[in-house]
Amino acid sequence: MEDIRLQERVRLLRAIQELEFAAVEWNLFLDTHPDNREALEAYNATVARLNELKREYEAAYGPLVHFGLSPSAYPWRWTDGPWPWEIEY
Amino acid sequence: MWLYEKKLQYPVRVSKPDVRMAKYLMTQYGGPDGELSAALRYLNQRYTMPTDRAKGVLTDIGTEELAHLEMIATMVYKLLKGVPAEELRRHDLGTHYAMHDSALFLTDASGVPWTAAYIQAHGDPVADLHEDLAAEQKARATYEHLIRLTDDPDLKDGLRFLREREIVHFQRFGETLDHVHGYLTSKKVF
Repeated sequence: MEDIRLQERVRLLRAIQELEFAAVEWNLFLDTHPDNREALEAYNATVARLNELKREYEAAYGPLVHFGLSPSAYPWRWTDGPWPWEIEY
Repeated sequence: MWLYEKKLQYPVRVSKPDVRMAKYLMTQYGGPDGELSAALRYLNQRYTMPTDRAKGVLTDIGTEELAHLEMIATMVYKLLKGVPAEELRRHDLGTHYAMHDSALFLTDASGVPWTAAYIQAHGDPVADLHEDLAAEQKARATYEHLIRLTDDPDLKDGLRFLREREIVHFQRFGETLDHVHGYLTSKKVF
């Protein structure tokens, strides 16, 4: 049961990593090509999809970002493990 | 300010503990062309960049380098996980163990601690961006050496990701340098 839960968590995490990677790439590209409308549309579409997945992940496993970016369920979940370097992919 | 996102940028996997490889990888943690040097070099140079675009590029790439620092830390952490002290000694990490146990520390592969002398800030955007372009190439070459030093396919995967990022950053810095040149040239028209 614990294994299935971890597999599901890793699956969702990898989907978030893929989308956020696309966001980082579009962001850096847009930094040096600010007038590229196509890239900007791709960036904004990625942000929308990424936010959906992050809300889904956070509802199940707690906040992804601290300091006011994400709310937490009770009890405070930010410090819950596993921490990123402890996750086995 | 900065925010921490509780996830790695890219999954880090290793197929088995490997003390020797952990030792080699430390150079990308606290070595001259490592990720700490990169992050601090760019985040520190941004204050004297002449254009908003250059400030943005250095902020974003410097921030991404911090995510790479975390990936290298995770690789070393996983490669050393559960390895007993005598095994560390056998592979030349006895001196590291004496001072740090299996904690991470910011050194190069030979144990030399990180120093700010690895990085520069001239306040001259052309000089600084050339340093950044060189830094990306040196890091790319280092990742190629590290990829050749391991036969672990899982570790190679993470290292290939990091190598690829150096190439993208080099590209973006090149575009930034062109833009800064254009800005400086336009300013000289009286």
